Amino acid sequence: MQAPDDLRYTESHEWIRSEGEIATVGITDFAQDSLGDIVFLELPEPRTVFQQGETVGVVESVKTVSDILAPVSGEIREVNSSLGTHPESVNKDPYGEGWLFKISLANTDEITSLLSSSDYKAKVEK
Amino acid sequence: MTEFGGWNMSVCYSSIVEEHHAVRNQVGIFDISHMGQIEVSGPGARPWLNRMLSNNVDRLAISQGQYSLLLNRAGGVIDDLIVYRLHDNQFLLVVNAAKTDEDLAWMLESVSGGVAVLNCSSLFGALAVQGPRSAELMGIFGQLPPRNHFCDLKIEGSSTMIARTGYTGEDGFELFFPGDLAPFIWNRLLELGKPLGMVPCGLGSRDTLRLEACFPLNGSDLTQQRTPLEAGLDVFVDLRKSEFIGREALCAQKESGIKERLSALKATGKSPPFRSHYPVFVGEEKVGELTSGTQSPTLGVAIGLGYLNVEFTQPGQKVEIEIRGRRYTASVERKPMYKSSTAKR
Repeated sequence: MQAPDDLRYTESHEWIRSEGEIATVGITDFAQDSLGDIVFLELPEPRTVFQQGETVGVVESVKTVSDILAPVSGEIREVNSSLGTHPESVNKDPYGEGWLFKISLANTDEITSLLSSSDYKAKVEK
Repeated sequence: MTEFGGWNMSVCYSSIVEEHHAVRNQVGIFDISHMGQIEVSGPGARPWLNRMLSNNVDRLAISQGQYSLLLNRAGGVIDDLIVYRLHDNQFLLVVNAAKTDEDLAWMLESVSGGVAVLNCSSLFGALAVQGPRSAELMGIFGQLPPRNHFCDLKIEGSSTMIARTGYTGEDGFELFFPGDLAPFIWNRLLELGKPLGMVPCGLGSRDTLRLEACFPLNGSDLTQQRTPLEAGLDVFVDLRKSEFIGREALCAQKESGIKERLSALKATGKSPPFRSHYPVFVGEEKVGELTSGTQSPTLGVAIGLGYLNVEFTQPGQKVEIEIRGRRYTASVERKPMYKSSTAKR
């Protein structure tokens, strides 16, 4: 189960990569594997503002639907529009091409309170 | 793994989509050992079965099977099954896993003289081999039966009942054999099937395949509150039989006309997968609800089945499906939504 060291993780299986003021968010390798073939995503509109933990969208596979939660509070800056035609990128490359959206960081403390790679791996391997 | 009708089963072995495509293009193998087997025998077996089931057992030759329905007195579906004629007075019913006990209890309530009903489910293991290359694989073992017929072949020395039936819309076979042989036969077939591109397939692809072929699923598309006429299964009901359980109710319904019909629906644009309970609209009027659905790997769009008011069930009828508060366009389709070029009818 891959979980790159330079990212932070939520208990709800999102990852976040901080790039200064903006961060990129996606779902983890564990999440895409559990979901199976992803066929549809409902992603947030740019400019919408969310609190940490709020539902921002939905990821749907052949067998199930799952909510995507905001790992941090902030404003949506960009959304991965290629996922409309290639939702399977989330399965194939969850940490790269399968990124979901970019969000501005309202509060940088929130990111440090998230799980490290080793804590996240320990949690899912239980 | 997931729980299904009291059994622990795989949703998929690799991916639902990959397994689905393997069955459509080459061959796939399913563990269907969870299904129930009920043997009905005795001098009174044939007429009794004709009173219990909707289809006409008199038309069954030895070594032939037919799809049939076990109905309640209101004409509602208790179970859908295949009945095979083993000998003059000996029949094997293959029923849904979750319904085996219920079917048996219902049958035992009505059993009459000269009929023995035996639950032999625990003795059997079963596998399904489905796909355009399934005959190529199974032909290794001998001469194969025609569609809806069965024969006995030896797989590595063990006697196996091989029926040319299935739930995928492709040419295929369902194998029945003593339970303890199951892992041996499974492994042997996987080994022989590998060069043909065979993969093991789970419940997930079983569902996407049967939905494309518009085969109903008991428990969602078929229930005790729905008759086979509403489900579009008229062809499996012989109302000319003088009596069978549910006949009166079905004749009355045929006379007055059905109000709802199980229809096939296909998304006309991009949408989330269809799922049971999603409401169906024509304009602002709710005209029905889906009973099952998925994202079709072969058709590339969402598909589903649902009971709609009869006025809106003509193929071509435009509808909208509501999913999480948004409406997505779809249309009523002719069944099946997918037709194999190699499946034997």
